[in-house]
Amino acid sequence: MADMAVHNAHPPGFAHQFEDMEQQREAGSLGMWVFLLTEMMFFGGLFATYIVYRALYLPSFEIGSHLLEVKFGALNTAVLIGSSLTMALAIHSAQIGKRGAPVGFLIATMILGATFLFIKFTFEWRHDYIEHLVPGFGFVIRPEWGAPGAHVPMFFCFYFFMTGLHALHMIIGIGILAVLTVMAHRRRFTPDYYSPLEVSGLYWHFVDIIWIFLFPLLYLIGGRYPGGGH
Amino acid sequence: MIGVLQSGSVFLSLAIQAPQLRPEAASSIAEGVDHLYFALTFITLFFTIAIFSTIFVFMVKYRRRADDEVPPEIEQNLPLELAWTIIPALICAGLFLWASSLYFENSRPPSASTEIFVIGKQWMWHIQHPEGVREINELHVPVGVPVELTMTSEDVIHDFYIPAFRVKKDVLPGRYTSLWFQATKVGTYHLFCAQYCGADHAEMLGWVYVMSPADYETWLSSGTPSPSMAQTGEQTFNKLGCASCHLPDGTGRGPSLVAVYGREEELKTGEKRLVDEAFIRQAVMNPNSVVLRNYPAIMPTFRGQVNEEQVLQLIAYVKSLASEERNANGK
Amino acid sequence: MSTATLDVHEVPTGSRVNYLNAQYGVKSWLLTTDHKRIALLYLASITLMFFVGGFFAVLMRLHLIEPQGALVQPETYNKLFTMHGVIMVFFFLVPSIPATLGNFLVPMMIGARDLAFPKLNLLSWYIYIIGAIFTLYAVISGGVDTGWTFYTPYSSTFSHTSVVPTALGVFITGFSSILTGLNFVVTIHKMRAPGLTWFRLPLFIWAIYATSIIFILGTPVIAITLFLLFLERVLHIGIFDPAIGGDPILFQHLFWFYSHPAVYIMILPGMGVMSELITCFSRKRIFGYSFVAFSSLAIAIISFLVWGHHMFVTGQSIYAGLIFSVLSFMVAIPSAVKVFNWTATLYKGSISYDAPMLYALGFIGLFTMGGLTGLFLASLATDVHLNGTYFIVAHFHYIMVGGAVMAYLGGIHFWWPKITGRLYPDGWARFAALVIFVGFNLTFFPQFMLGYLGMPRRYAVYPGEFQVLNVMSSAGASILGIGYLIPLIYLTWSMRYGPTAGPNPWQAKGLEWTTPSPPPTENFEEIPVVTEEAYDYAHSRVTRG
Repeated sequence: MADMAVHNAHPPGFAHQFEDMEQQREAGSLGMWVFLLTEMMFFGGLFATYIVYRALYLPSFEIGSHLLEVKFGALNTAVLIGSSLTMALAIHSAQIGKRGAPVGFLIATMILGATFLFIKFTFEWRHDYIEHLVPGFGFVIRPEWGAPGAHVPMFFCFYFFMTGLHALHMIIGIGILAVLTVMAHRRRFTPDYYSPLEVSGLYWHFVDIIWIFLFPLLYLIGGRYPGGGH
Repeated sequence: MIGVLQSGSVFLSLAIQAPQLRPEAASSIAEGVDHLYFALTFITLFFTIAIFSTIFVFMVKYRRRADDEVPPEIEQNLPLELAWTIIPALICAGLFLWASSLYFENSRPPSASTEIFVIGKQWMWHIQHPEGVREINELHVPVGVPVELTMTSEDVIHDFYIPAFRVKKDVLPGRYTSLWFQATKVGTYHLFCAQYCGADHAEMLGWVYVMSPADYETWLSSGTPSPSMAQTGEQTFNKLGCASCHLPDGTGRGPSLVAVYGREEELKTGEKRLVDEAFIRQAVMNPNSVVLRNYPAIMPTFRGQVNEEQVLQLIAYVKSLASEERNANGK
Repeated sequence: MSTATLDVHEVPTGSRVNYLNAQYGVKSWLLTTDHKRIALLYLASITLMFFVGGFFAVLMRLHLIEPQGALVQPETYNKLFTMHGVIMVFFFLVPSIPATLGNFLVPMMIGARDLAFPKLNLLSWYIYIIGAIFTLYAVISGGVDTGWTFYTPYSSTFSHTSVVPTALGVFITGFSSILTGLNFVVTIHKMRAPGLTWFRLPLFIWAIYATSIIFILGTPVIAITLFLLFLERVLHIGIFDPAIGGDPILFQHLFWFYSHPAVYIMILPGMGVMSELITCFSRKRIFGYSFVAFSSLAIAIISFLVWGHHMFVTGQSIYAGLIFSVLSFMVAIPSAVKVFNWTATLYKGSISYDAPMLYALGFIGLFTMGGLTGLFLASLATDVHLNGTYFIVAHFHYIMVGGAVMAYLGGIHFWWPKITGRLYPDGWARFAALVIFVGFNLTFFPQFMLGYLGMPRRYAVYPGEFQVLNVMSSAGASILGIGYLIPLIYLTWSMRYGPTAGPNPWQAKGLEWTTPSPPPTENFEEIPVVTEEAYDYAHSRVTRG
């Protein structure tokens, strides 16, 4: 029952459809988990389609995969895992009430996320565009690919759609992190109230895990020599 | 209970003889399908009427008589709940077993079927008899003989539906589907396209003419003589240069096709595949996906150079080589 | 009989602050986060879409009076049935009960002040509107003719109509469903009033919960499918077009993986409404509460396993067919359990014949028939003959229109006094229910016969021997159309001129009936504490309010 005294004592950020902060926190957490479940089904449908065509056109997908640079993919994987670490540290430092640390860790997470996007867009996508490997934007089927060449564009369609969808989620995530950084800067997070950080952390980790599936699926088809050769 | 069901379906089947309520039954499976249909109709009407009448009776008997009336509480009854869960489950199980075994039977063509080929395209049916006769939107078949249709589409998904025979199968682009039937009554029956395929989907109609075997033979040999599918296929085979690689003695760049139909072959990838219609079509359209072990991947694709009809003729030719081989070796 | 429509004890609505008059102005509606106002925003939008989709149906039935077509060219007819399907499925049936009655009632029934995420709720509505605009744009810009099922390669490569805006519109609206489902799940889990355990919840809540599971798990898959279709159409990458290496059957698997559970999205909430109506108007506890509750969950789960029954004649393997067939039979059983429990609830009850109850009783009979005709289609051997014919059309309209729409109308009538604070003219309401029932059966029963006789669906012209049944169906459709217009008129009229309603004109159980009609913005002054079981009519009297 909403006692007036208790009502006035609710911390800032309390939403009045809830009875108390605990209910709000639990609802927020459950809400994010349910949302991530929908994201799993969303990416899952895409992964299922990808797997069907990889099975049908394995030679073409191998050719496509070998045209991707494993070193950038691997570097990006490390960058993302690092960003999940800084995110977890941001949450932890808010939990234990360390002043100033959440802002720093959130900024670090954003920088790492931006680094990921920078590597992806500048070194990978731009490179692919120059090499005429973007379907719909002057894709050139190279004679040295032989007959499987006909289906290499399909590999790249999946590549750009899957990594693009992932990148979109990252951009949205960085936007969320920016908002959180401002909130943290204004000392909104205390050991009693840090659920926006927690819930956003769940989202960020999920986006990271999607990448951890994407990387082997796209970059590591058909075995690779160390050093990223064909 | 089963007796009630069976007598109910027999009663219904007698009652619904009026042609406007029941389509003609002109194939060997039609009666069986109809019996199942009538049993399902009986169950549907039985339960619908039972529920409706129970509701009606309750509505009248227990109508509110005073505004402040409070009816007695009714004890929850677990045995009743279980009964009306288990009994429907048993009915469903029975129907499933009946329908599935019928479906199993109806899906297996007898081995010695007359084969006829169907190509659907927007918005007409091309029928091709192996003897060479072609029809458009018409299918002539002999009565009392199993007929197997091998079908494909030139463009979008169609569906080959003969209501009187109770048969239907989607006709897909890029692959073959098949259906079989055995007509039991001479006559003329509707043929419909039953999968929406664009503007003139509703005009993609045809007629199935079931004739006595003698009449069918007459019909086949009437009209301008045309080469059989296998003969036309052989011409295409030579014209497109297939013969230059696929030498019959196996010394060419490609494998000999003489005894290949119906055989299991091993691909370069190690996978084993049966050489059937679908395999041959794939070899013509996408040869690099079915390269045989010990052969180089140099066969060009003929996609765009042959239409579906020509592919079927090439298949007929390859099949004829296998049966010639068997005949020659006295198998 | 049911003449207790005027309540002289209740303070007239206008002199008390409620959610309708708490704030005025367009901005207070378009920027509201009150779940009750959002429910009304949805009500207005989906009513509009219903009549647009219904208009296309009227044109179709008028056209089919003549075997050669009486009204339009085949190309136009093909667009009519497509747009009728797209609008009715995605923009009316899927949101109908959840977005209107669900949004309004879920917090009230569980004793909460609002949903867990009110701003997300408003966003859901805006997403729905944006999706609807895309689709309506497609309608105006020449229409789309692929069928609501968008089968490839026709939709990806051959159709020259507005496939892209339509697919995008449906894609966008899907997110509205996902967010609504998410909101409901979290609210029901976390915001129930003290004492309201799971097994004391109204069965409407169980039904909404089961529906929300399907929203959450199924809708993302159709989103991806339609987006892939969009890419295929624009970039020709060869995913679904066999001419460039794609698989059209893969499209069907992906499409039906959502669209079959979607039909349960469309019926489960209606079943929830049924439980509320039957208990109130027989003034009895539901018979077999836990069976009804669990059957909703069972339906939601099994619904994800049966999609292949739409594809029995595509050339799939016999064994796949067997598996999908047995699962399709299984999913029928929980529905049967519900029908029996509702019927048993009437036993020794105190039954009144108000309009909502008439809709409920009509639902039970028509849903039974629609559901049982599903068995014809789950049966492999008969499905071969009936697939792609008017039998299918009749089957799903019996469930969707005879079932879901009647449940929706029953619910609207039942909760109308709560939502608007007004009563509608009961005589007209009962008359309309009867007209709809008669019109519906006359429209769709002949279609079962047409299907068995072999008339395929989606036919702009047809052989002459099918004309009699087609004319019967069209005659029924005109009656049905009039039947739907009648409530539109008197419900709209009642909002201004209807007598004011008390908090509980039906003497119903349920937390929503303990509030004034219309309720205040915060729903409850004090969050109630629940001590009794659901529908506990026998143990405590409810005074007419």
